[in-house]
Amino acid sequence: MTRGTIRGWYLVHKWTSLVCTLFLLMLCLTGLPLIFHDEIDAALGEPTVAGPASASAAPGLVPLDRLLATTLEARRGDVPLYMGFSNDGPVTTVTTGPTPAADADRMTMRTLDRVTGATAASTGFGADQGLMALLLQIHIDMLAGRWGMYFLGAMGALFVVALVSGTVLYAPFMRKLDFGTMRTGRSRRLAWLDAHNLVGIAALAWMAVVGTTGIINTLATPIQRAWQAGELAEMTRADAGRSALPPRRYTSLDKAMLAARAAFPGMNPQFVAFPGTAFSSRHHYAIFFQGATPLTQHLLSVALVDAETGALSDARAMPWYVRALSLSRPLHFGDYGGLPMKLLWAALDLFTILVLGSGLVLWLGRRRAPLAARLRELESGGRIAAPVPAE
Amino acid sequence: MTRSTFAMPALLGAATVIGLVAALTGDGWRDALGWIGLAAPVAAIGWGWRRRT
Repeated sequence: MTRGTIRGWYLVHKWTSLVCTLFLLMLCLTGLPLIFHDEIDAALGEPTVAGPASASAAPGLVPLDRLLATTLEARRGDVPLYMGFSNDGPVTTVTTGPTPAADADRMTMRTLDRVTGATAASTGFGADQGLMALLLQIHIDMLAGRWGMYFLGAMGALFVVALVSGTVLYAPFMRKLDFGTMRTGRSRRLAWLDAHNLVGIAALAWMAVVGTTGIINTLATPIQRAWQAGELAEMTRADAGRSALPPRRYTSLDKAMLAARAAFPGMNPQFVAFPGTAFSSRHHYAIFFQGATPLTQHLLSVALVDAETGALSDARAMPWYVRALSLSRPLHFGDYGGLPMKLLWAALDLFTILVLGSGLVLWLGRRRAPLAARLRELESGGRIAAPVPAE
Repeated sequence: MTRSTFAMPALLGAATVIGLVAALTGDGWRDALGWIGLAAPVAAIGWGWRRRT
């Protein structure tokens, strides 16, 4: 590698890192407790209801129409928007709002028990839902909405470029060093340099996967809109000219569910999007099914059922770009392999903080040294330390 | 030069990716393979720290 090449990669590494480091530190710090949100929620006394899964077709479960009627009785004037199911218990959520196109902060979600039919809880979407919800929102968009989310996506992209350029620079730095070299006994700067290189290269694949899937997650809204404008529009082309179906003419949801289940035998529904919402057309129940195996449970298929007649209109697997988004969620959150995996996720998160922090320390320590001296330090594997210039 | 510099990092990267995918595609032994794969980079860092000079 020539001096000029190293210089170019060094400058790319320095600037991409500097711009994204503080935001990445925030993401690592807020992400750390989020890894354990299930355990923390359980410890804080979130109610858990035992019983058959609300997503199943187990006998004795309360009909969906009854859950819907119970909810709409309590929310007079609202229209149904979404109904969500669980694979672990009888919990069912029903989301309503003043109109099908209502913003999330005007929606109300009620939690019902599908064994007893009773209402367990009611929350507004904009309501304060505790510290974990706040941490999650900061992690997603820094409380700055859609543009905050895209901004963090851009910071993620810079982070990935910093990973690539850092990997390129690892080659000249390690040219005469063995893997795992940690020289802590000479100077503090050399210890930081070695720690930055060892931890950075060892955690590289994990940081690249979590970084890339994080970027994809920030694109959830455009991905969903692309599906709605593309494939969903194509599936409902026959109804394009019809006016919106008023809620009083909705047919039985249980009947619609029966028709949808017939299209995906062996699979269970994850949620229903009612007509007019962001995930459906103006005339259909869009019933989203998840696969029955650990891999396919992240991959959704959709059955569109005519909300007036209860007849199946179309049923398909979601396209590749929605599947990529679906797989990006578990790969980013690390919540799919039990507690040992979460602990390793936390360890790698802490190592990422170490990489970011050591990078910052290394830059702060020699930011006034001539570039040539810093490049010489890099190429010598840290043996020729860049001098601290006299003030 | 490049081969030896990147031999160990490539192994650790492969272990990480195999672990991430294995745990995603199933439970039981696949989760266990996931833990082993993700433990590899963590162990490598611990190993480097233990033999620090």
